[in-house]
Amino acid sequence: MNKLYAVSLMLGLGSSAFAATTITIATVNNPDMVTMQKLTPEFEKQNPDIKVKWVVLPENELRQKITLDVASKAGTFDIATVGTYEVPIWAKNGWLEDLSAQFTKNPDIAKSYDLNDVLEPVRLGLSYNKKLYALPFYAESSMTFYRKDLFAQANLKMPVKPTWTQIERFAKALHKPEKGQYGICLRGLPGWGENMAVFGTVVNTFGGRWFDMDWNATLNSPEWKKAMTFYTDLIKKYGPPGVTSNGFTENLTLFAQGKCGMWIDATVAAGFVTDPAQSKVVANVGFANSPTGPGTPRGSNWLWAWSLAVPKSTTHEAEAFKFVTWATSKEYIALVAKEKGSWASVPPGTRNSTYQNPEYKKAAGAFAGIVLDSIKRADPTKPTKDPVPYQGVQFVGIPEFQALGTQVGQYLAGVLSGQMTVDQALKQAQTAAEKVSKDGGYQK
Amino acid sequence: MTTTLPSNRAKAARKDLLVHIKGSLLTVLTYLLLFLFLFPLVWMVLAGFKTEAQAFATPPIFFFTPTFENFARALETYGPFLKNSVLIVGGSTLLAFLLGVPAGFTMALYPGKRTKSTLLWMLSTKMMPPVGVIVPLFLIFRDARLLDTHLGLILMFTTINLPLVVWMVHSYISEIPFGIIEAAKVDGASLWQEFFQVVLPLALPGIASTALLCVIFAWNEVFFAVNLTSSDASPLSVYISSFKTSEGLFWAQMSAAATLTIAPVMLFGWFAQRQLIRGLTFGAVK
Amino acid sequence: MPAVLLLVPALVYLIVATQVPFLMTVYYSFFKWNLTIPDDRPFVGFGNYLTLFTDSQNLHVMLNTVVLMLSVVVLSVVIGALIALLLNRPFFGRPVVRTLFISSFLVMPVVTAVVWKNMLMNPVFGFFAWVSQQLGLPAVDFLSQYPMQSIVAMVTWEWTPFAALILLTGLQSLPEDQLEAARLDGCTPLQEFWYIVLPHWMRSLEVVILLETIFLMQVYGEIYTSTSGGPGISTTTIPYFIYQKAFAEYNIGLASAAGVLAVLFTNMVSSVVLRIIGRNISGGKA
Repeated sequence: MNKLYAVSLMLGLGSSAFAATTITIATVNNPDMVTMQKLTPEFEKQNPDIKVKWVVLPENELRQKITLDVASKAGTFDIATVGTYEVPIWAKNGWLEDLSAQFTKNPDIAKSYDLNDVLEPVRLGLSYNKKLYALPFYAESSMTFYRKDLFAQANLKMPVKPTWTQIERFAKALHKPEKGQYGICLRGLPGWGENMAVFGTVVNTFGGRWFDMDWNATLNSPEWKKAMTFYTDLIKKYGPPGVTSNGFTENLTLFAQGKCGMWIDATVAAGFVTDPAQSKVVANVGFANSPTGPGTPRGSNWLWAWSLAVPKSTTHEAEAFKFVTWATSKEYIALVAKEKGSWASVPPGTRNSTYQNPEYKKAAGAFAGIVLDSIKRADPTKPTKDPVPYQGVQFVGIPEFQALGTQVGQYLAGVLSGQMTVDQALKQAQTAAEKVSKDGGYQK
Repeated sequence: MTTTLPSNRAKAARKDLLVHIKGSLLTVLTYLLLFLFLFPLVWMVLAGFKTEAQAFATPPIFFFTPTFENFARALETYGPFLKNSVLIVGGSTLLAFLLGVPAGFTMALYPGKRTKSTLLWMLSTKMMPPVGVIVPLFLIFRDARLLDTHLGLILMFTTINLPLVVWMVHSYISEIPFGIIEAAKVDGASLWQEFFQVVLPLALPGIASTALLCVIFAWNEVFFAVNLTSSDASPLSVYISSFKTSEGLFWAQMSAAATLTIAPVMLFGWFAQRQLIRGLTFGAVK
Repeated sequence: MPAVLLLVPALVYLIVATQVPFLMTVYYSFFKWNLTIPDDRPFVGFGNYLTLFTDSQNLHVMLNTVVLMLSVVVLSVVIGALIALLLNRPFFGRPVVRTLFISSFLVMPVVTAVVWKNMLMNPVFGFFAWVSQQLGLPAVDFLSQYPMQSIVAMVTWEWTPFAALILLTGLQSLPEDQLEAARLDGCTPLQEFWYIVLPHWMRSLEVVILLETIFLMQVYGEIYTSTSGGPGISTTTIPYFIYQKAFAEYNIGLASAAGVLAVLFTNMVSSVVLRIIGRNISGGKA
């Protein structure tokens, strides 16, 4: 025991004598990040003076932990994984390093990094006051997945740009619960990033919005009512049982096991449902754009980017910047392709160059085009039919939205499980939204 | 008289048979209940040996060629977490006992006017939901440089378990017949002798079961562990959390990690519990 | 050395470790404080408390907490007592069975919830769904149709071995000759249970019920992982409510106020429970 201790002590001394800086990275346990963790030795080889330590947690735990740490300036993390929702809010709070300034300071990194290659909507989503505060690790929009074999059997044809009315018709034709086959799988699990992400796009495309230009809540509008009635009816009639517990993962499981005729969700799922190790339906998956509704084509598909940001509380911003620019670079993407032996599994949605790469086109050709178009189409600054005072497609870019979105998500789930009517749900949702605009001081 | 004997004998034989049948039925019921209680665990452990596709196959798969891939992968990062768990759980149980056993002992044998309210107050410290105090605790830990340290979590888990230790030790010592302790006092035993030679042996089974509870609660605590550590001092409850993901299908992977997480405390619990019940059966002489 | 000094370390430790964060929580509860809006922290007096009292939904949350706690206490004690009685009779394999029965208590709540939610209760892939289909019944969607019952089932599964363990140790200190005498007097098993076993069990029952009351008022990991408090607010309990306020909304002021009220509420409930079980914690020797 003592000997062991001495040895580990010596090892410890050994590495500190080497004077390496250790940076701590907090990230979510998603497959692309797990790959990043595995490839860290490559980074450490290129930068022998930097050691990387990982903190990996599921999304909710990670978010709470990072927020607590960054808000109280505890300085545990040198790099934090954050989404498009947090970045502008945190930047406004002065919690994040301004990366534009870092690029100016490091012209050689700026040159090889080629910021203009990063897709514009993603860059916009990660900026605040025209300055960049995070770099995208992978980005996603939403789209329609469907089963080509089932569509062929039923003599149906999925258009490239379907409407929700068409989707409803298809769902009806494909719904065969006695065979364990459900017309459509959609999210019902309450949460601003769960059912409200999908439902938020439905509201947008039905012509609704959360607030008008004077920050009056508009959840009691006919558009919201139409959207919620449509969404809940569709799921209740043609969805699987237990929808209120289904989020992204549960629906992915259902779809990959061949239980769903259609599924509308994150584009990042394309990589999973076409992976034979996880999916039974690899050969039969078809891809289409996210459906549009009767109101407007705007905001019918969301935009989200898991991104790497450097908290202000770090004392290693130079090292952190090096890692952040490495992990989101073209070289990193090529490295993943080399290590995994396939271009299909590189982090998607961030760079034009990825989509121009012939090898990527070959490997992910079935869905690459739709993903790229969807991301390019998603405009976080103009998400709705009528103008709004906030940013964000499937969210409202204010700190209070996590609470509001989750609360409304609970009401939506309440309608899905039959505990509430649409009118009751929207009445309570409206009250909650009014409270936010009033208490938050948005309404002048 | 003689005529009734055979029928009596027959009656007795029938009664024996009935008792026997009843006994067998009760045994079957016991095993059935055990099966029901173990099934979720067995199912989880089995899933750890399946491939991801097998793990959520419908209909469920009972017979399959086991794969050790999930365990191999889960073991890659297991070691440091296990070490942290053992250190923290051991440390906090020890500290809670060092502080709690003397307190419980005193309060049981030398009760004062305030003993009862003190005991109740101690228990009431467990009534604060952890999430209600996490922000102040985080700030205190930050300023005391206790974030992500073994000592920090040891102190935290001691706080959680101490009221339990005091209360249970108090309750077990209170059950010791008064006469035995009086006799020792009359014999002129000092406080230490009284404690180590008279009270401790008699209360040992109870104290052992308290230790078992402390270990279980500390081992399974997730919330403080996740929020007050990040990597250097993270115990297994953080390890298991890191296997949860909102993207992808990893039931088998998760099951393997969960099996590894609960295995040490399970083995410890089984072993300790056997000792415990043996101790209790010996101890039940009073 | 006065014996009471032995109490001091534990007391001081607990006062420092629990009252400092608690007082900070009380302090925060008078402010409007959102963690993600750092520069705006106005004093609002009792505003947060007022918000909690004026929302009629919160009554429902309190009710949920009590329903969950009471159901699990009753179920785990009844089933635990049954198991304890079954385990107290000789049968083949008793030591092993007794050892294995504690298993579900050793599992981390998060693991319990993941296993039950995904592998057992999922209406499409779950084992229960498969069983009911084999019986020709439709698959039940437990978590949305019977959310509270599902949580009760999970938590009961975890806590029954705890009750069984303590009740079994209680049984084993019951002198065999008392039972013999009762049997010779022609007592039926029911009478035997009512007049001999039950009175002897009172102390163990008190331990089980009091500890379970306090621990079960804090259940949140199972809810967090399986239902997220829903559908609607049908499984939102006080600790989960506080979690939502603190970490889904970062409303630290409101969460602190709710935490303070939770302490008062838990105190209230457990003192009512204590009164119902008829006895009180005895201060020192009874």
